[in-house]
Amino acid sequence: MIEASGLTKRYGAALAVDGLSFTVPPGQVTGFLGPNGAGKSTTMRLILGLDAPDAGTVTVNGRPYASYRRPLFEVGALLEARSFHGGRSAYNHLLCLAASNGIGRRRVAEVLDLVGLDGAARRRAGGFSLGMGQRLGIAAALLGDPGVLVLDEPVNGLDPEGVAWIRELLKSLAAEGRTILISSHLMSEMQNTADRLVIIGHGKLIAQAAIRELLASASGSYVRVRSPHASELAAALEARGARVTRNGDGTLAVTGISTDAIGEIARACGFTLAELATHQASLEERYMELTQDTAEHRSGARVAAAGK
Amino acid sequence: MNITTAARPDAVTRPAGGAAAHLIEVLVSEWDKLRTVRSTWWALAAVVVFNVAGGAALGIVLPKTFNASQQASHRDPVQLALIGLHLSQIAIGVLGVLLISSEYTSGMIRASLAAVPSRRLLLAAKTAVLAVTAVVAGLASSYAAWLAFQAFVPAGSPMRMPLSDPGVARAFTGAGLYLGLLALAGLGLGAIFRSSAGAITALFGVLFVPSIIMQLLPDSWQNTVGPYLPMNAAESVYRVPQAPHFLAPWAGLGVLCGYAAATLVAGFILIGRRDA
Repeated sequence: MIEASGLTKRYGAALAVDGLSFTVPPGQVTGFLGPNGAGKSTTMRLILGLDAPDAGTVTVNGRPYASYRRPLFEVGALLEARSFHGGRSAYNHLLCLAASNGIGRRRVAEVLDLVGLDGAARRRAGGFSLGMGQRLGIAAALLGDPGVLVLDEPVNGLDPEGVAWIRELLKSLAAEGRTILISSHLMSEMQNTADRLVIIGHGKLIAQAAIRELLASASGSYVRVRSPHASELAAALEARGARVTRNGDGTLAVTGISTDAIGEIARACGFTLAELATHQASLEERYMELTQDTAEHRSGARVAAAGK
Repeated sequence: MNITTAARPDAVTRPAGGAAAHLIEVLVSEWDKLRTVRSTWWALAAVVVFNVAGGAALGIVLPKTFNASQQASHRDPVQLALIGLHLSQIAIGVLGVLLISSEYTSGMIRASLAAVPSRRLLLAAKTAVLAVTAVVAGLASSYAAWLAFQAFVPAGSPMRMPLSDPGVARAFTGAGLYLGLLALAGLGLGAIFRSSAGAITALFGVLFVPSIIMQLLPDSWQNTVGPYLPMNAAESVYRVPQAPHFLAPWAGLGVLCGYAAATLVAGFILIGRRDA
């Protein structure tokens, strides 16, 4: 369990995190989302005590991170790739970290095997690809077999096999009752991996809820209706209080009424229904909707929405 | 890949020991960090090679170029045997700086502090590990320079200097301790600057520049402030005949300890206060 309360961090004149409060419960994968510059990495640094907040508190399992004597057993962290000395081998890098918490060599070999780096264990980490560097960072996070994982952009640079691997790893770890917080810019990846989201913008909390709830409340959800009697059906639906707009392909986008009711109206009026489907907003659409006003680095109105 | 076997709660046992046991863990970790990068071994090899080569070279050349009376009248053969110190001091100073600055330049510091959130404990462990390593390397290389010099100076030469001669053992010991203190000052400056270039510039700037400026100042300054400058305090430790107005050897060593302690104290204060 990670609990942040009124967390505020200022770098010079820039307010990176602004009165942020949120909870990361155990047993779930919580996704941490926000546009670039929203304060995600800063928040993660505050959780780990790397930076000190100007106001507010954040605790891990009820205690500040810095109060743990051997924190690798409590929290595994992956912060910004390349938190290792390029001249050290992967094995030696992990050995240095493990030793500081009284973790033995056998566990170092275990985590190297776990992340698939056993073959590269003796190579200098400076020559690693981005993906291998990420795997090394994840291996470090798993050293103490911690109950809480805080991972900043864990899939960054991983190949599709690696992405699938980390997704399954995180899900299985969460199923064991662990607390998992991951940030990512890949919305589709979040939709596949996370159970819950904490969304921030400009350092402030925008939303925290289960993904299911967030999507249900999205304005992009509607019922898609295709019918040879589209105009008449639209009139009949509007008469019953539904809002109807026409999609470009001649289908109707209906909101404010259930699929059951639409089917019933069509039957009663004798209209043929060729298609009746719920269109669920994607996480990406919902995310764009929520963060529209707060995106720090806007790259031309819809480009950001279309890309990625 | 098997996902869960190594992540099971019983996979790692948490040490039961308290603060003292943890201190030893952090010391072991810092020793592992020091010994697992090549730069450490390059720097230590450089310290030994410069000192030995310097001592050997002068041991070979001087008896041939100086005539008997020049040899007899030379005031301080110890300083000649320690000629390599001019270079070895740079190597060991850089070693001290890199021990911490490389953590910042590589990003390793984030992983290190996530593993050991007590920053002063982390820096204390670095200080201890470096102190032992640098003092051992300093003393060993300093006496190696003596051995090399002695090995080449002919038996009858007045330039031979048995360790039993007054001040000789003190000078070689002092040179070794000076190298150790220089490494520690480098560590302190590395913690202050968090960049290799900045800390190395500061270290050798403070070491060399004041002595150069001092030569341009009036005698009264040279005699009062001069002895306390880092370079002059160091010379009072590793030279046998005492230059006028120089500090006594152990007082000079005390001044050097003061400089190293000052940079380390500043480092300890800053590492605890600043964001990593």
